[in-house]
Amino acid sequence: MMDLSSISPILLIASIMVSATPILLAAIGEMVVEKSGVLNLGVEGMMITGAVVGFALAVNTGSAVTGFAAAACASAALALVFGVLTQVTLSNQVATGLGLTLAGLGLSALIGKPYEGMKSPTLPKLDIPVLGDLPVLGRMLFAHDAMVYLSLLLVLAVWAFLKFTRAGLILRAVGESHHSAHALGYKVVVVRLCAIVFGGACAGLGGAYLSLVRVPQWTEGMTAGAGWIALAIVVFASWRAGRVLIGAYLFGGVTVLQLNLQAAGAGVPVALLSASPYVVTIIVLVVISARGVHGAPASLGRPFHASR
Amino acid sequence: MLRRTLLTTAALSMAFAPAAFAQDDPVKAGFIYVGPVGDGGWTYEHDQARQAVEGHFGDKVETIYQESVPEGADAERAITQMALSGADIIFTTSFGYMEPTIAVAEKFPDVKFEHATGYKTADNVSTYSARFYEGRAIQGHIAGKMTETNKVGYIASFPIPEVIRGINSAYIHAKKANPDVEFNVVWAYTWFDPAKEADAARALIENGNDVILQHTDSTAPQAAAQEAGNVITFGQASDMEEYAPKPRVSSIIDNWAPYYIDRVQAVIDGTWESQQVWHGIDEGMVEIGQITDAVPEDVKAEALDLKDRIASGDYHPFTGPINRQDGSVWLAEGETADDETLLGMDFYVEGLTGEIPN
Repeated sequence: MMDLSSISPILLIASIMVSATPILLAAIGEMVVEKSGVLNLGVEGMMITGAVVGFALAVNTGSAVTGFAAAACASAALALVFGVLTQVTLSNQVATGLGLTLAGLGLSALIGKPYEGMKSPTLPKLDIPVLGDLPVLGRMLFAHDAMVYLSLLLVLAVWAFLKFTRAGLILRAVGESHHSAHALGYKVVVVRLCAIVFGGACAGLGGAYLSLVRVPQWTEGMTAGAGWIALAIVVFASWRAGRVLIGAYLFGGVTVLQLNLQAAGAGVPVALLSASPYVVTIIVLVVISARGVHGAPASLGRPFHASR
Repeated sequence: MLRRTLLTTAALSMAFAPAAFAQDDPVKAGFIYVGPVGDGGWTYEHDQARQAVEGHFGDKVETIYQESVPEGADAERAITQMALSGADIIFTTSFGYMEPTIAVAEKFPDVKFEHATGYKTADNVSTYSARFYEGRAIQGHIAGKMTETNKVGYIASFPIPEVIRGINSAYIHAKKANPDVEFNVVWAYTWFDPAKEADAARALIENGNDVILQHTDSTAPQAAAQEAGNVITFGQASDMEEYAPKPRVSSIIDNWAPYYIDRVQAVIDGTWESQQVWHGIDEGMVEIGQITDAVPEDVKAEALDLKDRIASGDYHPFTGPINRQDGSVWLAEGETADDETLLGMDFYVEGLTGEIPN
């Protein structure tokens, strides 16, 4: 009855990597933002802005790389607006973040109108010498487009940055106790603005990956909640880069795996599998809070003003 | 020129005075959408029909809409909001709005409600749907004729009668055209999530399916099929002609405009009554999009013939002998399905593998 032979493990792993990349990019960016003590709930809005701007620029210039660069810039600019509002004028972070999502969704629908149904250039699959020629592994792991590897490098870089560099230490200090960091002479607002802009750029890349590689097309509202999943993954990962990677691949993995199991005709409980990433996130959250150590930056979401 | 327009308008309002005075203010028609108006599929067509209502009635009717309303508890809030804002008639355009629509309708007895694809009515709630399964029969025929791997993939949304009917109808006609055909159904559990729809299409293609039918709302599966190359698809709910001539070789188009205009007119005239409407190819609610040259001439001719026979009533897509999946007899030789069974369809026909999730 259960014949899974039509599922190719090579194609399956390859699909999982593609499926996980957008949320991985957005989540790793948001993790840095939260590490600096800022909660930006506008990930969804920044992702969809990246998706539409990336698509539009790629169509107009004929270059997917330009599209990605423009997506990063546009979402970073949007994030900067959030940064100025929350860090300089001290608006409420939650409300401003939600506002950013709404603004991003509306703005993208407006910008994207002429691009519905159009086709864009996509990123070529890399032709990596030696590694790409390996049997099985070559096709599975080393025949992707550059963004897949960039996202993995980014995770590594963020991990090393936070763990080994002085700047990373300052960023974490700002996130743990902004008053102490301020007393030591660090510019809390500047550090946070940099983190917010970085987070925006990452979300933009994630969005552009959706519209230029994973789907690939522009459709209004196409992120369909991916930004919220990225936010959940940061919490799931208890603010650690390595676990963000695991979380994103787990999420992408379960999604793609259950679709493949269905396509192969396996008798799997579909509704349960569809919900499983969310169920796992809730379980992890419960476990984390039961242990009392959640790893959240101590100043997360709290406004900072030098005079207080 | 202006004066002439004014005079004509005056003359017209004189002529239609009784109707015009039945309702003092412009009638307000509200629409609740499950996806964004730019989804290129289901919601897009409903919004086209909304615009047709505006175009038809001009100043006499005002329309409002809310898009991307989740099915479930939040829908009730959105519908209530719309009723409170003074809507005279509200179209709730997705199956999952059935319970919320009934609940809100109870609280607003003076507002008329029109629920798409459901089966629950009340004094102020009508239901309307299209016989999409008629179009599915034509798709199934083309799919059966054109598949080379004999594997047809089907991206389904939720296990509700409307979707199950479509799968059964497509399968029956694919099987008639090609006895070796096999269907692989993937339940996406969403109406609109382009990334997931694309993933589902890819999973099916990687598992050897070279025809993809979809019952979700975005054009993402079309893009995935195009990328894969040797795969054909069908436009769903909307023509999706930007993917023609290949992968999209034909489509089912929902044309809601005549119905919406009709029902808003009934509100204006004060003649609105609760009803259950289920129109098909014959009445024009289901249209078959152009069959492209990617389809061989003879297959195209057969498909068009099938369309004509369904439209004229000569042929019902569910004509016996048809057995249920478990082998028990559903329709005897020559017997056709009654609407009640079709509206509540919760079983696969014989030959389909896999189970319907619940």
